[in-house]
Amino acid sequence: MDNPSESKVEAKETPKPQGVATPAFVEAPKPPTSVKPAAAGIKKPKQDRPPEDDPGIWRISRRNFFSVAGWAAFFVFLATSTVGTLRMMFPRILYEPPSAFKAGFPQDYLVDEVSEKYKDDYRVWIVREGEGFYALSAICTHLGCTPRWLSTENKFKCPCHGSGFRRSGINFEGPAPRPLERLKISLADDGQLLIDRNIKFLFEKGEWINPDSYLKYS
Amino acid sequence: MLKIREKLQQTEVWKSIFRHNYQDTNRNRALQIVDNVFLHLHPVRIPRHATNIGFTWGMGGITFLLFLVLTITGVILMFYYRPAAEYAYEDMKYLMNDVAFGPLIRNMHRWAAHAMVITVMLHMFRVFLTGSYKPPRQFNWVVGVVLLVLTLLLSFTGYLLPWDQLAIWAVTVGTNMARATPLLGHQGPFGPELGMRIDNDVRFVLLGGTQVGPPTLLRFYVGHCIFLPLIATVFMAVHFWRIRKDGGISGPTSNGKE
Repeated sequence: MDNPSESKVEAKETPKPQGVATPAFVEAPKPPTSVKPAAAGIKKPKQDRPPEDDPGIWRISRRNFFSVAGWAAFFVFLATSTVGTLRMMFPRILYEPPSAFKAGFPQDYLVDEVSEKYKDDYRVWIVREGEGFYALSAICTHLGCTPRWLSTENKFKCPCHGSGFRRSGINFEGPAPRPLERLKISLADDGQLLIDRNIKFLFEKGEWINPDSYLKYS
Repeated sequence: MLKIREKLQQTEVWKSIFRHNYQDTNRNRALQIVDNVFLHLHPVRIPRHATNIGFTWGMGGITFLLFLVLTITGVILMFYYRPAAEYAYEDMKYLMNDVAFGPLIRNMHRWAAHAMVITVMLHMFRVFLTGSYKPPRQFNWVVGVVLLVLTLLLSFTGYLLPWDQLAIWAVTVGTNMARATPLLGHQGPFGPELGMRIDNDVRFVLLGGTQVGPPTLLRFYVGHCIFLPLIATVFMAVHFWRIRKDGGISGPTSNGKE
C-alpha cells in the first residue's frame, strides 16, 4: 500500500521542471513584439535551465527532437504505404475486349435485322434499317444485365428485372429508367462497320440526332 | 486403470494443460475459467437471468457458432476451389459431384451463411426490443452495426465465387449500384465533378476492371476468405469484450425485478 503514495509523490515532483519550462516557452515569442522589453531582461538566462529543457532555436528540445522525428517518420511511412497500397488496387492494364471493333461489311446484314453477332464479345447489337445502321449497347440501363432480343415480340427483354425496350432502344416496360445507349458507328477505311463503344449517345440528352450515332446506308 | 490415470494426472504435461482440478469451490471454479485461453471469454460468474434463453434468444452466441462453422467449412472448401475464371465453376461442380462429402461441406457453408444473416438480424432485433442498445451499451451497438455490414459483405463476396450465371449477374447488379456512390462513383452526386470515370471510381477498385471479370473473382475471393474474416474477427473480439465491460449480458434487471 506504500507504493501508490510513493508514486504520487513522484508524480507531484516530476512536473515541476516542466512547469518552469513552459512559461518560458510561452514568453519566448513575446520579445519580438517589443511590448515589454523589460520582461525580456527578467527572463532567466538560457544557461540557468537544464539542457534537456532548453528549447533552443527550434523550440524543440534535444530529447523531443528524436521523438518528433521518429513519429514523423512513422506517420510518413504509414501514409505513403497506404497511398501505395491504394494505388496498387487500380490496375494499369485491363484484359477486357477493346472499346472499338470492326463488325464486318454492311452488306453482311439484312434490312430490318437485329444482329446479335457481336453481343457475346462486345455487348453490342447492330440494327439495320432501310436507311442505315445503328449500334445499341446491350447493357440494360436499369442495373447492367444483358437483355435478350426477342424477335417474335420485336423487343429487347432483360432477364434480371424485366425491363423491355423497343427495337429503337426506347424503354417501355419494367424498371429501366431510360432508353438503351447508342454507340458511335461509322465506316472504316476498308469498308467495314466500325463501332466505338466509348462514344455513347443518350436519347434523353437528344444525342440520337447526332450523325455519328447513325450510319446512313442503303 | 485408475492407477494409470492417477499417474497421468501427476505428469508435467497434464498439469500444464489442465491447471486446476475439479475441486468444487468458488475460487477453483473461477480459476478454471480465467486460466483457460478459450474459456476466458466467458465471465467468471454469470447472473441468474443470463440463463434465461427467452430474454436473449442466444442469438449472438448462435451467430458466433455459425461463424465458426463457416470458417471451418470454408477452409475445407479452399482445398478444392481455385479462384480463377477457368477453374472456379468447374471446381464448384467437382465439389458438388465428385468430391467425397463435398456437397455436405459446401451445403453446410451455404446454409450456415444464409442462417448467419438471419441470426444477425434476429440478434439485432432482440437487442432493439430489450433496449440493450441503451447506455452503457451504446458503443457496442455501433460495433454490432459494423459486424452486420461485414456479415452482409461476406455474404455478397461469397455469392460470386460459384462463378455461374446467377453469381455473375447478381454481382453485376450489386456493383452497378456502386456507380451511384456520392463523390466516389462516376454516376453519383458530385462524382463526375471530382473526375470520376468508369475506369477510376470506387466500382473500378471493387471489380478490378470496368466489368465483372476474372480480376473481380480474385478480389472477391481474397476479400471473402482473408480480408473480411480478419476484420470481422477483430470486431467480434471487441464486441465480446465490450459486453463484459458494459456490465455483462443484458437482462431484465433494469426493470427492478431482481
